[in-house]
Amino acid sequence: MLETDLDRTLEAFFTGQRRAAARLISVVENGGPRAEDVLHQLYPRLTGAPRLGITGPPGVGKSTLVDALVRYHRKHDRRVGVVAVDPTSPFTGGAVLGDRVRMGDLTTDPGVFIRSMATRGSLGGLARATKEVVDVLEAFGQQMLIVETVGVGQTEMDVAQATDSVVVVLSPESGDAIQAMKAGLMEVADILVVNKADRPGAGQMVRTLEADLAMRPHSEWSVPVLVTVASKGEGIAELCAAVDEHRVHLEQSGDLADRRRRRAQTEITAVLRDRLWQRAHARLADEIPAWAERVAAGQETPYTAARSLMAAFLEDSE
Amino acid sequence: MGRAIRVLVAKAGLDGHDRGAKVVARALRDAGMEVIYTGIRQTPEMIAEAAVQEDVDAVGLSLLSGAHMHIFPEVQRLLNDKGGDDILLTGGGTISDEDMAELRASGVGQLFGPGASTRDIVEYIQTEIGGRRAGEPS
Ligand SMILES: Nc1nc2c(ncn2[C@@H]2O[C@H](COP(=O)(O)OP(=O)(O)OP(=O)(O)O)[C@@H](O)[C@H]2O)c(=O)[nH]1
Ligand SMILES: [Mg+2]
Repeated sequence: MLETDLDRTLEAFFTGQRRAAARLISVVENGGPRAEDVLHQLYPRLTGAPRLGITGPPGVGKSTLVDALVRYHRKHDRRVGVVAVDPTSPFTGGAVLGDRVRMGDLTTDPGVFIRSMATRGSLGGLARATKEVVDVLEAFGQQMLIVETVGVGQTEMDVAQATDSVVVVLSPESGDAIQAMKAGLMEVADILVVNKADRPGAGQMVRTLEADLAMRPHSEWSVPVLVTVASKGEGIAELCAAVDEHRVHLEQSGDLADRRRRRAQTEITAVLRDRLWQRAHARLADEIPAWAERVAAGQETPYTAARSLMAAFLEDSE
Repeated sequence: MGRAIRVLVAKAGLDGHDRGAKVVARALRDAGMEVIYTGIRQTPEMIAEAAVQEDVDAVGLSLLSGAHMHIFPEVQRLLNDKGGDDILLTGGGTISDEDMAELRASGVGQLFGPGASTRDIVEYIQTEIGGRRAGEPS
């Protein structure tokens, strides 16, 4: 995209054109200086709208639940943005992003914007730019932001980084609770949901989860365990009420400000790291092979090499 | 390596199974593409709107029901309406050679019959999008 194209896209974005929003999301997702420029220009438009993370093991009904949540907020006339993240295959770099299948009818609702993202090789379960993509949707005027991601491995930090409240979804199927405990999902849960409560074993699972929670150190927010049948819209109003309550708790306890401060700190650090590395790399890349040669020949260690390179870089920046 | 090619794969029409569309979706993924899969019974409006929101490079439409002379032009028209006229529209189904020629002449991309291999489809999208991207500044 040319600079003039980018300016035109920004203009169209500010007049509410969806094509422009979609384009800017791609720019942001692809990263680099252009992404920074866009985010900088959108920053004053951020509204502080609630951000909800929906995570949990594969197939528990996260997308179906997101669909039901969006419908609920639409009934209350809120514009909703959804970012649905699925893993990139480490072997091919490709991905099948299938969450829209459960949200079909929402596509043509002008108050809803849904975007699918692949993790693109980032370590956790969230794509690197997830938070920034949510920023674009928030600046576009979406009043409720929902991020869906599969909870396996390291997602917990990522999802907490991108959202204010995290809902961990489980289903009474084999081993979901154990899987969640192993994956550290319980640690990030602000709210626990046992979905597919129409299936046998839901009550038992609620008791298991409550027992696990009771053993945790006391905290100001006590994590509620709710049941839903997402496919029939059951338990959705209760879940939304719990999310509202959590938000009130965040505001009153000062945790919301804390979370947002931490988020800003992580962002500044990330931008700085990017910039510093780009400059250092531009200046030093050509010299690294020669130093590697000397290390291989036993004349230097990687540490003395790095120290010399660093010194050269710092001298230049003065 | 550039950014991944994004393709929306959808099944239009009323017939209920999507085996073919899923096979194509997997083949595109295995070729390194990001495939947004939207499932069965998609209306032209749903397909075009999802393609715009997802900012895809291409739409791959699968249909069996014989409504292709209605659905392809309708999706193309809606894409144009929504500012997505630069999105490649391709797909497959049981479509006669004459119909294919007529659709191509109206601006739709190459279409594939039931006998086409997934490799042909992958190659077509890679070549077509690769060519388009080569023309734009990075
Ligand atoms: N019985 C029952 N089935 C449900 C319920 N909610 C969702 N399902 C079904 O569970 C299956 C998986 O639902 P999804 O919403 O795609 O689950 P998901 O967690 O988003 O899946 P991934 O994104 O692939 O991890 C679908 O067949 C849904 O119809 C429920 O409350 N009860
Ligand atoms: Mg899902």
